[in-house]
Amino acid sequence: MSDTGLLLDNRTIYFGSDAVQISPESLEILEQHGEFLSLHPQSTLRIEGHADERGSREYNLGLGERRAQAVRSVLLVQGASAGQLTTVSYGEERPAVFGSDESAWVMNRRVELVYGK
Amino acid sequence: MNKLIRFAAVCLMLIAVNAMAELQIDITRGGADASPIAVVPFSWNDPGYGPYDVAAVVGADLARSGRFAPMPVNDMLQKPTTGAAIDFSDWRILGTEVVIVGEVLPNGKDNYMIQFQVFDVFRGKQILGYRLPSSRAGLRAASHRISDMIYEKLTGVKGVASTRIAYVNVTGPAASPVYRLIVADADGENANVMVESEKPLLSPSWSPDGRRIAYVSFENDTSEVFVQVLRTGVRQRVSARPGINSAPAWSPDGRQLALTLSKGRGDLDVYSLDLSTQVLTRLTSGPSIETEAAWSADGKSVYFTSDRGGAPQVYQMTLGDSRAQRVTFEGPYNARPRISPTTDKMAVVHNDRGNYRIAVVDLDRGYSQVLSDGRLDEAPSFAPNGELIIYATGEGRRGALGLVSTDGRVQQSIKSVEGEVREPAWGPFPVN
Repeated sequence: MSDTGLLLDNRTIYFGSDAVQISPESLEILEQHGEFLSLHPQSTLRIEGHADERGSREYNLGLGERRAQAVRSVLLVQGASAGQLTTVSYGEERPAVFGSDESAWVMNRRVELVYGK
Repeated sequence: MNKLIRFAAVCLMLIAVNAMAELQIDITRGGADASPIAVVPFSWNDPGYGPYDVAAVVGADLARSGRFAPMPVNDMLQKPTTGAAIDFSDWRILGTEVVIVGEVLPNGKDNYMIQFQVFDVFRGKQILGYRLPSSRAGLRAASHRISDMIYEKLTGVKGVASTRIAYVNVTGPAASPVYRLIVADADGENANVMVESEKPLLSPSWSPDGRRIAYVSFENDTSEVFVQVLRTGVRQRVSARPGINSAPAWSPDGRQLALTLSKGRGDLDVYSLDLSTQVLTRLTSGPSIETEAAWSADGKSVYFTSDRGGAPQVYQMTLGDSRAQRVTFEGPYNARPRISPTTDKMAVVHNDRGNYRIAVVDLDRGYSQVLSDGRLDEAPSFAPNGELIIYATGEGRRGALGLVSTDGRVQQSIKSVEGEVREPAWGPFPVN
């Protein structure tokens, strides 16, 4: 997908602590993905929501779900169709970075965009 | 082909794996005001096997309660095995309050009769005396039963040495971890693998009769709730609705399973699933996160975590009444409630000045007390007598378990011999 622009290569959206707000930079990235999905209706995208390790696992599953849904909403507005998108929350179960400090936590509060074949 | 492989994998998972000693328990805080007792090594009279050290198991059980400090065997001035052989003046000099003696006698092929007596040293009187038969394979279980009989006689509270715990063990490299849901005796011995998966397992919850465990598995790349029969390994997927299926909690009568579902809308709510009719009843509503249900002891209300007020706090709702009352007020974060079997206390994950710790909330008076001292403690679970709480504590990358008395006096750490341990759930008293 390198031919569709640098922003499309960016498939991780980061979030603040206990937050689901999407930053202006992330919005730009999602606009590109939304446009790509609208132009390629056969493409599918799995939206995986994650949380950092702090607090209870079940509540973090909720945070990951909320983040995934926030990303989904943006993609729908940007032209993706509901049938192309699936969401899942892994909560804190699949950290991108191991470690128990803020530098690891900022990398783990995220949504990952995984394209299907 | 793919289906075949999956079938084979499921079969493998359901085969009970051999027992292994997995956990190591150490007292890390308190015990100073524990009563000094002596559990004298029991006599052994089977030249063909053993000796099996019943007294060591009993002593370790009593020590783990935090209320007793058994004397090291090397410090004993005498080692009587019957009441008649006890010289009480020796034990008075040592300050010992209670002496336990016993014998393991042959009782037919591969069978034994365990006889034990408990003495009040100050009065020189027997408090408890008992004989119980045991098979060779049952010696450890019999030792736990003896501990529980002694504990109840001395404290008036039922002991938990014969109960079991469930937990999740994670091993292997970070890139390809292996998750195991394990059920072990309360002392960490006799560990058996219930489920093994390459995908996360979490939130084990015991049925009130101790025969089944509900848990969340990501084996199909999304959260689903399963119920597994411990004895047979037979399991059933009870909830795989679109979105999140998690946080199972059995109602006290064992008929309902409270669950958290998002139904693919990103809005988590607590539901109750009738396990025999499959009827699903929605208990909470609203756009906020509602999860981690815990039933009150009478089954008439549920406690749950909700961030409807902006941050996670615990609320209580009477079934049939849609209004919920907030029950935690101290601190910016209180989550994952668990109600004590004594019904007057609730354990939560509490944000204590930036640290996530286990706190216990007095439900009658409203005040709370922080019990643990970690940075990332979570998942509290009460022992069935309400005296101890087991929880997960993130020690670096090596997740371990902690054990703390509900009054905060005694704290112990439980480490895994291999890998990380998390998500502990203490089982109920065994059904006789």
